[in-house]
Amino acid sequence: MNKLRRILGILWIVIGLAGGYYLIINQAIPKFYSDKSEDLIPAIIYAFILTPIIVGGLLIFGKYALQGEYDQ
Amino acid sequence: MTNNNEKKGLVSIIAASSLGTLIEWYDFYIFGSLATIISTKFFPSTNPTAALLSTLATFAAGFVVRPFGALFFGRLGDLIGRKYTFLVTLVIMGLSTFLIGCVPAYETIGFLAPVLVLLLRLLQGLALGGEYGGAATYVAEHSPVNQRGFYTSWIQTTATLGLFISLFVIILTKSSMDDTAFNNWGWRIPFWISIIMVAISVLIRMKMQESPVFAKAKAEGKTSTNPLKESFGNKFNFKFVLLALFGATMGQGVVWYTGQFYALSFIQNTLSIDISQASKIMMWGLGLGTPFFLMFGALSDKIGRKWIMLLGMLIAIFSYRPIYSAMYDAANLKDKQENVSLQKIESTEVPDATKSGQSLKTTVTTKVFTDGTKLKETKKETTFTDVSKVVPPTDVKTTKAVEVNSNSFWLLVLLVFIQVIFVTMVYGPIAAFLVEMFPVKIRYTSMSLPYHIGNGIFGGLLPAIATFLALRATQANDAAAKAGTKLPYDKPFLEGLWYPIIIAAICFVIGALYIHGKGKRED
Repeated sequence: MNKLRRILGILWIVIGLAGGYYLIINQAIPKFYSDKSEDLIPAIIYAFILTPIIVGGLLIFGKYALQGEYDQ
Repeated sequence: MTNNNEKKGLVSIIAASSLGTLIEWYDFYIFGSLATIISTKFFPSTNPTAALLSTLATFAAGFVVRPFGALFFGRLGDLIGRKYTFLVTLVIMGLSTFLIGCVPAYETIGFLAPVLVLLLRLLQGLALGGEYGGAATYVAEHSPVNQRGFYTSWIQTTATLGLFISLFVIILTKSSMDDTAFNNWGWRIPFWISIIMVAISVLIRMKMQESPVFAKAKAEGKTSTNPLKESFGNKFNFKFVLLALFGATMGQGVVWYTGQFYALSFIQNTLSIDISQASKIMMWGLGLGTPFFLMFGALSDKIGRKWIMLLGMLIAIFSYRPIYSAMYDAANLKDKQENVSLQKIESTEVPDATKSGQSLKTTVTTKVFTDGTKLKETKKETTFTDVSKVVPPTDVKTTKAVEVNSNSFWLLVLLVFIQVIFVTMVYGPIAAFLVEMFPVKIRYTSMSLPYHIGNGIFGGLLPAIATFLALRATQANDAAAKAGTKLPYDKPFLEGLWYPIIIAAICFVIGALYIHGKGKRED
């Protein structure tokens, strides 16, 4: 089971990167370039709050999992 | 005798803590529950969907600052104590809510109106970020270790009861005046009421004692001097903060918001059900489901917290699409037959005082269906004295309000209730679960952050992201219909559910694999 916990660390890193890509490319950038002024706040939230938490958090979590920090 | 006194003391601690937290949630939800009206008052837009999205963005902004409130007040709570910290958060919340009810509309003070509302909303988010961790920690630190799940589950009921009461106050206010008065100024009353409730709660909380566990740690000089550094700069603690977030609170947040907010938004906007009836459906669902917080909290003391929470997530993942599909069918007018003889059309035309030769024409069409369902369509358009002028299609606004029959009403109540059960499974035991993950000296800070990121950010953004996904699917279908090609989405209104389903699924796997789930912290 510990082996699986460690291997899946890679998956969490990939999910973090994929989530970041989706948020930046599909959500933040189109809203930054949108003509609507009300799109600016969501764009900022996606780019500067949600993306760093998801990408940064899952990268560190994945790294810890790979290193066996969560072994039981 | 001592045992009885201890129990009485514990009951009053739970009551005082829960009352304050309940009021904070009430304050926070009033804004969300009145989102549609607030969007027209403070956010200028010709497109109702854009107005709604902008309000939801403000809603999300309120949630996004919650983690910052968790850090700021969590640090204070671990440094100076739980009691004073969550007293301050209550006062900030109460004043902000009251002041939102006092801000003049965009028509009166222009751009300053949305700016002020946004600032006050941010203050609400900050206060809420500090409140929950304090209340949960305070109650847990007073409770016997083997009953923490049950006692902290009272705090867990407050989030749902806060929504329940906010809907109740809105219904009561609406029923005491006509629609025009409510839309003009009546919507402010629920905000003003908050100040009275907060004053009472502050008086009660001021009489409370500091948490005995924290007081002991402080007396022994065992409190942290830098809770932020110890929580997030220390790898041993930080890995548990991440595990709490990705293995528990992230999934809990989306299940919670789907059951409470997305359900309401779906009933009001997708099903176009009248706001009063939508509120009643939610109130029944929430009211019937609330006791289950206590049940699952108590059960978690017996069989452990982990699998109750994860099972709630798992069932939610597989049942959301069938549940929302059934909700849609319950109010789908296409399957109903109209009783044409009962159709009523009323039309009024008022001259526009600002523009000569123009009038505002309002046409209200009431349709009654054979099963008792009613539809009220209100069409507003500008008409011209000069008949050669044509009304641009963008200037015609049509709103729909459906009133479903009794069978559909109770079916919708049942479907909301089922979602609230999922909420109670994931949310009932989570306060005790988080408290037991971290030591006393950094508990307030460490448990508050993952809770508010999970709920505030992953959960708080759910309405905006789910609305976006559903809108995109609808637009793709419209484009395909125009082009005469096959529609890409069978049920576009269900597409928004992919967000909570995916987040909950990731959280379930992480929680199942990495959370230990055995043993309880004794401090």
